[in-house]
Amino acid sequence: MVDKRPKPGEQLPKSKGVIATILAISLIPLLLTGGVILYEFEEAYHQKIFEHLTVLVKKHSRTIDEFLTDRLGDIRVLARTNSPTSLRDQSFLQDQLAILREEYEGAFVDLGLIDPHGVQVAYSGPFNLAHANYAGARWFSEVQKREYFISDVFTGLRGAPHFIVAVKIWIEGQGWILRATVDFKAFNGLVSNIRIGETGFAFILNREGEFQTNPDFNVALNEGPYKELLESRLEKGKVLIREEPDGLGREIIFVLASLNNERWILCFQQEMADAFAPLTKARIVAIILFITSAALVGLVALFLSRRMTYRITEVLEEKDKMSDQVVEAGRLASIGELAAGIAHEINNPVAIMVEEAGWIQDLLEEDDPASGDNLAEIERATTQIRTQGHRCKEITQKLLSFARKTDPTIKVIQINELIEEVVSLIDQKTRYANVKVETDLGPELPSVMASATELQQVLLNLLNNSVDAMDQSGGVIKITSSARDDRVVLEIADNGIGIAEANLSRIFDPFYTTKPVGQGTGLGLSICYGIVNKLGGQISVKSAKRQGTAFTITLPASEARNNGEDADAAPRE
Amino acid sequence: MPYQNISLIPPSILLVDDEASFVETLAKRIARREIKVDTALSGEEALEKLEEGGASTTDVVILDVKMPGMDGLQTLEAIKRRHPNVEVIMLTGHATVDNAIEGMKGGAYDYLMKPCDMDLLLLKIDSAVRKKREHEEKILEAKAQMIALKRGY
Repeated sequence: MVDKRPKPGEQLPKSKGVIATILAISLIPLLLTGGVILYEFEEAYHQKIFEHLTVLVKKHSRTIDEFLTDRLGDIRVLARTNSPTSLRDQSFLQDQLAILREEYEGAFVDLGLIDPHGVQVAYSGPFNLAHANYAGARWFSEVQKREYFISDVFTGLRGAPHFIVAVKIWIEGQGWILRATVDFKAFNGLVSNIRIGETGFAFILNREGEFQTNPDFNVALNEGPYKELLESRLEKGKVLIREEPDGLGREIIFVLASLNNERWILCFQQEMADAFAPLTKARIVAIILFITSAALVGLVALFLSRRMTYRITEVLEEKDKMSDQVVEAGRLASIGELAAGIAHEINNPVAIMVEEAGWIQDLLEEDDPASGDNLAEIERATTQIRTQGHRCKEITQKLLSFARKTDPTIKVIQINELIEEVVSLIDQKTRYANVKVETDLGPELPSVMASATELQQVLLNLLNNSVDAMDQSGGVIKITSSARDDRVVLEIADNGIGIAEANLSRIFDPFYTTKPVGQGTGLGLSICYGIVNKLGGQISVKSAKRQGTAFTITLPASEARNNGEDADAAPRE
Repeated sequence: MPYQNISLIPPSILLVDDEASFVETLAKRIARREIKVDTALSGEEALEKLEEGGASTTDVVILDVKMPGMDGLQTLEAIKRRHPNVEVIMLTGHATVDNAIEGMKGGAYDYLMKPCDMDLLLLKIDSAVRKKREHEEKILEAKAQMIALKRGY
């Protein structure tokens, strides 16, 4: 409402805050959407990988199982379609082995018939194992219990890893066994061919935790989930998938399926980092995208807020300039008001001088202008002219001191001196309006920091208002100055017509006036308010209709309390 | 001839202004021109002097418009009310021309700007005195006629 004249920079929004707000507003949704999408993608991808691995392992376990049953089936067919006699024949076995090897690309290594006592009675193969005794072998006792058996991989008598497919044949009421050795390499190839990515590989374990195939990489069987997995039962056809660290400190996906009638387990494992490599890539891309957009948004925010701050500063400066101009205009208006009084004031001494000069002329026209009386009279007249000339000079200087351009320089000012100056300035106006100005100036007041011309204007505006508030019969203006705490208090009270209560709240508004059109600018008090506010003081008003008005100005005292120690503290005459 | 009568008796004026030096010097200058001059430094004092001497001793009042206390216009009003025959010449500075015109409307004979030219002032005083005396003459004639009528001529 009132000219508050903010100091530049005071009302500027903090550009840091603006930048932070813009960043938050634009980046939080970005972060949320990006995060949610990334999360959903990760979940989906996870699921996809798991499904893929499950299918893969299931398929391979079926293939391996088929391989095993097929080999077993081969031997079973061989056993059932041939008579025991021909089976005992070494050359027959040799022929059969050749056929099998041909058909299955060397999957079978050898063939042998074992009597119920565990002695191999017929053998065909690369090793010299005829008459070898298998009575103590585990597979032998196992196959005795059932009709057929597929052994674990073992080194056995020949000193190379292999496993045995054995079928029981009843010959004359006794359990003979036809057995074949399956080439480990062929079998191993089935499993070691399962490779995914960099680190995904498969191997087979038996229930005891012994490797049935050679794993391509190190596997920590003692630690990690294997121990627990080996202990639990894994149903045929089911796939177990787990995600946990292995014994070597890597995050691993484990996929397991049972084989060979739940006696073996097909294990597949892959490092998670490897399995989810595309996911990591997506994550990196997302992060790069986010950082890039954050940087962009940040730059834009910085630029925008800079520009905004600059604009606001500009506007504030413009506003400052404007209010300076308003103050200047108001001052000129007060000068105009003063000028009328001053013109009359100057006119009086001029009139006296003119009359005195005329008087001298009168005397000179006499017959004896050099008579003693005349000389004395001429001398008196010239003295009078000189006196009145000085009076004119004083008046013009008073006016000049005020009409000079506003000097906003803040200086140390003695308020009492300023009051006396202004009172003398409007002396003429008050005298003719029959207004008495009483001053009650407190002794040894602290000085204040202010611009002399501005403070002068405040006082002049208030005094002019007070004089204008008097009717023809005149009145009294009382100016009081005092010190309160570390403030200087100045009161200008008159017993004029007072201000109506309805108007009281608006008197400091610019352009508000109750004077007739053309007689008041409505700027005086708003300028006073602006100036006092700028100096860190307050201005307040109390008024009662037909009793008078009192303005109180409070200004902070300057630190320099010493009266007039500062040489140019306040101009003196 | 009435005109001769008028010019034979020297005019008598009252100078009113709050500036003592101005009043003093102007009075001395006017007095040199065979005019009886009295002075007053305020409206109140002027009224008192008129009251003492009456309209017969003062022909013209030269009155400053702007004075502390009772100002020129108020004084004019009071003079015209109590001594309607006395002529008033208003004396004014630039800023108060409006007031002087106001005074003319209120019955002042004329107005002059300060500082004023002596010849012009004397001219105005002279014509004001003439006007007043002619006016008084007419009153006297009217009174004489009335007496003659009463005596039955």
